Amino acid sequence: MKFTTQKNCQTIERAMKNQTNRILVNKKALPYLLIAPTVFLFLWLLVYPLGNVFYLSFQNRLLSRPKLDGFIGMSNFVKLFTADPVFWEALVNSGKWVITEVLLQLVFGLLTALILKKKFRGCGIFRAVLFLPWALSGVLVSMLWSMMYFENVGVINAIFQRLGILSHPIAWTGNTNTAFWSVVIAELWRGIPFFTIMLLASLQSIPEELYEACRVDGGGVASSFRHITFPYIKDTLVLTTLLRVVWEFNSVDLILNLTGGGPIHKTTTLSVYLANTARRDGDFGYGSAIAVISFFILLIFAILYLKLSKYDQEDEGV
Amino acid sequence: MTMQIKTQRTLQKSFLIYFPLFIATIWTLFPLYWTLVTSLKTSGQILSKPVTFLPFPATFEHYVKAWNIGGFSRYFLNSMFVSSISMIFTVAFATMAGYAMARYRFRGKRIFLLLLLCTQFIPTAMLIIPLFMIYNKLSLINTPWSLVITYTTFHIPFNALLMSTFIKGIPYSLEEAAKVDGCSGSQAFLHVLLPVLLPGIAAIAAYSFISSWNEYLYALMFTTSSRHYTLPIGLSMMIGEYSINYGQLTAGSIIALLPAILLFMYVQKYMVSGLSAGSVKG
Repeated sequence: MKFTTQKNCQTIERAMKNQTNRILVNKKALPYLLIAPTVFLFLWLLVYPLGNVFYLSFQNRLLSRPKLDGFIGMSNFVKLFTADPVFWEALVNSGKWVITEVLLQLVFGLLTALILKKKFRGCGIFRAVLFLPWALSGVLVSMLWSMMYFENVGVINAIFQRLGILSHPIAWTGNTNTAFWSVVIAELWRGIPFFTIMLLASLQSIPEELYEACRVDGGGVASSFRHITFPYIKDTLVLTTLLRVVWEFNSVDLILNLTGGGPIHKTTTLSVYLANTARRDGDFGYGSAIAVISFFILLIFAILYLKLSKYDQEDEGV
Repeated sequence: MTMQIKTQRTLQKSFLIYFPLFIATIWTLFPLYWTLVTSLKTSGQILSKPVTFLPFPATFEHYVKAWNIGGFSRYFLNSMFVSSISMIFTVAFATMAGYAMARYRFRGKRIFLLLLLCTQFIPTAMLIIPLFMIYNKLSLINTPWSLVITYTTFHIPFNALLMSTFIKGIPYSLEEAAKVDGCSGSQAFLHVLLPVLLPGIAAIAAYSFISSWNEYLYALMFTTSSRHYTLPIGLSMMIGEYSINYGQLTAGSIIALLPAILLFMYVQKYMVSGLSAGSVKG
């Protein structure tokens, strides 16, 4: 038995023998070789560009007028803070957007996870169906919801009119009163499954005996949630919420496709403003200044949040 | 008496479990259903009032047109190419990095881990400008490669962390036994560890494929000619058109979402169990 394995291995070894193989055998160098491609990509496409954004934010850099390129000091930031009402509006919208999205997604995601955790007939199918929106792209989701929001062919108007709630059709994403909430609902549709999946995974790691012990001690549903469920899933809650805040803060695909940031900046968040400044206006200097501000907002938020929630970070906590 | 308790329990169960789930299912499926139905209607039916909830008679003409005239065959192939190639790179690099983290102690490991975690907090929109400039210098704008490299880089961190928890879950004694039998380290990896690891690899492969398949902002920034559009960009340009062709738009959407949904159905079982395995501290 031993002999045959050895023989197999030797043939394969001969086939694979070359210079790199000899280096790989070196124990000390191996882990570094294994992480080398990742480190290289990170330095090239994450660390360097990140520094570059800071550099660009002090520059004038317009795609349409390259002759004006050059160092302009703090001008971009001065313009942002003192002469740009859209920036302040975008800042407020970002806050509104992130808070409503994350809170609603968290509440509905947690409720769904608590239900799906129970064992009952058909729970596999329900899981597969309810997780589904997670796999769809922002563009697809905006397409699905556009088909329902459209003024003339949209199904929501049709249903509401038939029920007598509306007397005439509304352009849901074009109306200043409804645009924001239309986008919020579509994003909610896509965002709930993320919380459901993460929280369900965390709930499943709670030993069932704990609940039995609680029941024996006469604890009800509320107290078992407070004393068992919550402490167990707290770290996951903190981390998923944080990840989601960052994610929602950055998310642009759905807003860009449903409203483009309009009507009259009602749905322009900071990231949408950044994307529009970069892609539509080709103003890379000003866009970089917005990016720098976004970066610091997220950084400060993340630090405060982790401090306040007393998240005990272990070196391998994912 | 017991019968009564039993019926009471069933009633309770259906109110606390099945009723909310029923609502959630309708909420989840209705948008998908509506798009599917619209894609199967004739152009006349789509615009007719009052709206109909079933496509009758059903037609596949929008699918044929979206594929042949609407450019979706090209978008589909572009997406397929970009997503598959970046999936291969992501899986390879994430497995390598995950293995290094799970099996070795080395100087700088903590910094590397921290770097992986930090990448999750970098605002993606922030990097579109400098990345555009890098790729522009290398003439990679309007090629699939700018997207392949970007997606690979952005998908490594999460998958590498996931991979390292998968590998940690497999006892090292397996590889050791193979080495005692005379296998070299790489052989032990290929013949002993890899087969056990396959479900985990399938999960991260599918995950990274779906993420690339769905990505929008970088694709929007780095492709400017319709020849290189991926599916999300193709769809997005269609929504932006002045007079929208609803039939082709919905048919194109169904084409775009099918691969993602099929892959997702396959991996979603692993996902929750993989994550709960990873969330156990140790």
